[in-house]
Amino acid sequence: MATQHARSAARAMIAPAVFLLLVWMLIPLCMTLYFSVHDYRPLRGTFECCEGLDNYIRFVSSGAFQDSVLTTIMMVGGILVITVGGGILLALLLDQAIWGRDIVRILVIAPFFVMPTVSALVWKNMFMNPVNGLFAHLWQFFGLQPVEWLTQLPLFSIIMIVSWQWLPFATLILLTAMQSLNSEQLEAAEMDGAGAVNRFGYIILPHLARAITVVILIQTIFLLSIFAEIFVTTGGAFDTRTLTYLVYQRVIESQNIGLGSAGGILAVILANIIAIGLMRIVGKNLDK
Amino acid sequence: MGRITLEQVRKAFGPTEVIPPLDLEIDDGEFVVFVGPSGCGKSTLLRLIAGLEHISSGQIQIDGKDTTRLPPAKRGLAMVFQSYALYPHMSVRKNIAFPMRMAGIDAAEQTRRVEAAAKVLNLSDYLDRRPGQLSGGQRQRVAFGRAIVREPAAFLFDEPLSNLDAALRVGMRMEISELHKRLKTTMIYVTHDQVEAMTMADKIVVLQAGRIEQVGSPLELYNRPRNLFVAGFIGSPKMNLIAGAEAAKHGAATIGIRPEHIAVGEGEGEGLWTGKVGVSEHLGSDTFLHIHETGLAETITVRASGEMAIHHGDTVRLAPDMAKLHRFDGQGLRMSELQKH
Repeated sequence: MATQHARSAARAMIAPAVFLLLVWMLIPLCMTLYFSVHDYRPLRGTFECCEGLDNYIRFVSSGAFQDSVLTTIMMVGGILVITVGGGILLALLLDQAIWGRDIVRILVIAPFFVMPTVSALVWKNMFMNPVNGLFAHLWQFFGLQPVEWLTQLPLFSIIMIVSWQWLPFATLILLTAMQSLNSEQLEAAEMDGAGAVNRFGYIILPHLARAITVVILIQTIFLLSIFAEIFVTTGGAFDTRTLTYLVYQRVIESQNIGLGSAGGILAVILANIIAIGLMRIVGKNLDK
Repeated sequence: MGRITLEQVRKAFGPTEVIPPLDLEIDDGEFVVFVGPSGCGKSTLLRLIAGLEHISSGQIQIDGKDTTRLPPAKRGLAMVFQSYALYPHMSVRKNIAFPMRMAGIDAAEQTRRVEAAAKVLNLSDYLDRRPGQLSGGQRQRVAFGRAIVREPAAFLFDEPLSNLDAALRVGMRMEISELHKRLKTTMIYVTHDQVEAMTMADKIVVLQAGRIEQVGSPLELYNRPRNLFVAGFIGSPKMNLIAGAEAAKHGAATIGIRPEHIAVGEGEGEGLWTGKVGVSEHLGSDTFLHIHETGLAETITVRASGEMAIHHGDTVRLAPDMAKLHRFDGQGLRMSELQKH
């Protein structure tokens, strides 16, 4: 293995990156912690020290907090169900030897490269607009009343938009997992009398279990911080205010930096609890 | 019950014909080995019988019933795969019970058959382990177990021993032969190893490029190879095939003589050919000598006894047993037996 010399060289080489990461992470975190114990409202000119946990208590005790946690759970849960379910179906499809498979694969991955703001705007204006949107035209074609997506089904609409973005990720991971399945296992199951549904349930799905837990873990961590999609569509109205968005509103719209910082710290703690819990589950799954 | 008949079975992948139309009859209870070099179509033929590949034309009958269009599970055959294809997330018990679970057999019967199979295969202590915790030989036995509990009309083996080390392979070879003697069920076994074919088979089917070169018992193939390919393929080390003037003396295009049918003597004296020893392989029981400079174009391989003290560069006399000489014509086909003098 590495000699003493090589190890110290490696440490020196990696130091700048570690340093940058620490600065980028620790300074904002420390500043948030620092502000969260202050009554800091710049537009009123107040900056008073040592509020203690007042900001935290105020943030948690407001009705908006509970609603936002519930909204976050529903949003993340809905997106996970759609992306994992859809990802498995798409991966099954893309695993077949179909004509033009390589092109289809690239097309499937494409949404992942679209910036969240752009995709949300495209969905909002081109698909979900109740007058000019494609969906409105489709509904009218069948003689139906167009749905006002973002006011009637706001949470569902945002779930759709974000699921569209994350479906490629889930598909890609699940497809690679599916390709690592020994085809002789499927043939053996076929000889053993398992039909297509049983082959999926008894062979393919258990084989995908690890990949599915990895997809859930990674997506949850990213989905907890959804912001752009809410910002450009509903602006947090109609019960689409997640915890992240609530923090933003407290800081920017109410100009209460102390209160918002307290919310931010709470969000970090909650996200870490979830992440550690998921890591444990994944770890157990990977040990098998 | 396991009589399998192939009639004019043909398989083509797109424009390439892997198996030209062939006929084959497999009797109930027979142990049939498909043997041939890699890429000869033996595995494809097995998969056609199993139903994992569709045949392009022709008919496959099992016990007189046309099964050409039946899905694999309905043909009543069980297959053991080269990679064993065990289900890694299931315990050994669940692996073995899987076909019965799919068939909807009740739990008590499932348990009974699993226990019985485990007892036969010495797996009773491992039933609650996962395949990943077993050795190669044990995994192989689990794969057998999964096949046995189905009580199939015939077992299909696709090079089942090729992932095992040499010592284990010999052991498993015996176990499969014993299993066949006990179950008396038809078995079709694919291998590229002619030693496996010779030791296990009731009937060997030698394949080359999808064509059947010869069908027969191991000794028939050994004693009377129908053509040059079979002559060269069956037997280890290979039969010496000699073309040219030496063959013409016997009125043939090519003559063949097995290494074990040539007597070796040291120094000058009587003998048909004289040559120098090249490489000699000492196996203990036998010594295989590769002889050069015999006046023939080919290097001659001979089997001598293990005790024979012969070294590189020694001159030896070779006396082939003329009664064991094989003669082949210009097309490589076997010619009638020589008249004994």
